[in-house]
Amino acid sequence: MYPAPFHYHRADSLQGAISLLQELGDSARALAGGQTLLVWMKLRFDEPQHLVDLSRIPGLSDIKQEGDQICIGALTTHAEIATSTLAKTLPSVRDCGSGIADAQVRSRGTIGGALGSADPSCDWPTLLHTLDADLTCIGPEGIRTLPVSELVEDIYTSTLKPAELITEVRFKLPPANSGGAYCAFKRCAPAYPTASVGVQLTLDGDVCSNIRIALGSAGLTTITSKEAEDILRGNPLTEAGIDKATEVIVAAAEPVPDQRGSEDFKRAVLRTLVKRAMDIAVRRCRGETIKGHHEYA
Amino acid sequence: MPDAIDRVSIQVTINGQSYEREVEPRLLLVQLIREELGLTGTHIGCDVTYCGACTVLIEGNPVKSCTMLAVQADQCEVLTVEGLEQDGELHPLQKAFSENHGLQCGYCTPGMLMSSMALLAENPDPSADEIRKGISGNLCRCTGYNNIIKSVQAAAKEMAG
Repeated sequence: MYPAPFHYHRADSLQGAISLLQELGDSARALAGGQTLLVWMKLRFDEPQHLVDLSRIPGLSDIKQEGDQICIGALTTHAEIATSTLAKTLPSVRDCGSGIADAQVRSRGTIGGALGSADPSCDWPTLLHTLDADLTCIGPEGIRTLPVSELVEDIYTSTLKPAELITEVRFKLPPANSGGAYCAFKRCAPAYPTASVGVQLTLDGDVCSNIRIALGSAGLTTITSKEAEDILRGNPLTEAGIDKATEVIVAAAEPVPDQRGSEDFKRAVLRTLVKRAMDIAVRRCRGETIKGHHEYA
Repeated sequence: MPDAIDRVSIQVTINGQSYEREVEPRLLLVQLIREELGLTGTHIGCDVTYCGACTVLIEGNPVKSCTMLAVQADQCEVLTVEGLEQDGELHPLQKAFSENHGLQCGYCTPGMLMSSMALLAENPDPSADEIRKGISGNLCRCTGYNNIIKSVQAAAKEMAG
């Protein structure tokens, strides 16, 4: 299948890409790894007249640590992140990155592209909600910081302004007594998850001093629930508390029935995944080494 | 529909040979390989990044060539299934697939071989589980995968000497 015809432009600098996108307007799309965009174009869901290829812009594919801040360049591929030193430090990052689609997609797909597509089935946005990540965005009006929770307005619709690009993902390295997990359930590797859950939890003794839970593929955008987190935050962690918080966040989900399952099925999967992710996160808080990963049906 | 589309000059090295072409931007890498260059060992299966039959290596990394534009491969080194054989000698992976019944209809085999190449380059002695994960982006509708896993294990042994 061929995409509809388009003009191809290769940007050699960030400023060059922004100027081009500004000049070409609505009929242009930014191309990173293309693992979402090219499929959409082949299926004619999108027919841009211009593609601005960002992939040769230098300096956008590094993973750096500045103090307690982690910075991931937007063009870093899923494979690069999954095999990085950062992934060794933060097992939830490894679990998320190494389970995205398959080896082939992971060698092309980028974290910035996955975020910019505003697709609620992508894995990174779910995980990054649990890390309270910020996105550095640069556009014609300059540079700004956008919390990941404010990136997506609706399915496939981001709050990025015209000609604005995500250049970097930043988050604070969680404290030593914190543990994270990312669990997804998929029909097979190349498929998008049927449902996914990210958890980041900090324990002071038995007390849950901080908690973030996010659900992916569970609605038109990433699902979070302050109410569910408030049930756990500040209290000793108990099974009853986890059960209650699970029910609250699963009730907040709005899973869309599709070929991957009915709404009820997806809620059942989410319930299991929340509990599994909580269990892994708690054990990681306590220093256990656990293999968490995507599960296949 | 945009006005007349400018063709783009690209240079790609495939299996060690350099090719220069003027291509339409929407030409997919798999179409460049198969239709422009006649290397029909790389197969098109699903055409939507699912089945992995079109897998090739770009700079050593496995890629589904149905989901990459030819212009994105400009100045890159590509390895296709035709590049595995050296001087008339099958690559150990090809030999192992043949000897262990790692294929039936053979449609997925070029992609399986290329994914296995990438896996063995990263992990020369993979467990059965690691092989399953390594080739999880490649679908086979005949073998049930077990003989493919045996084949990759046999090749790993052979390659380790």
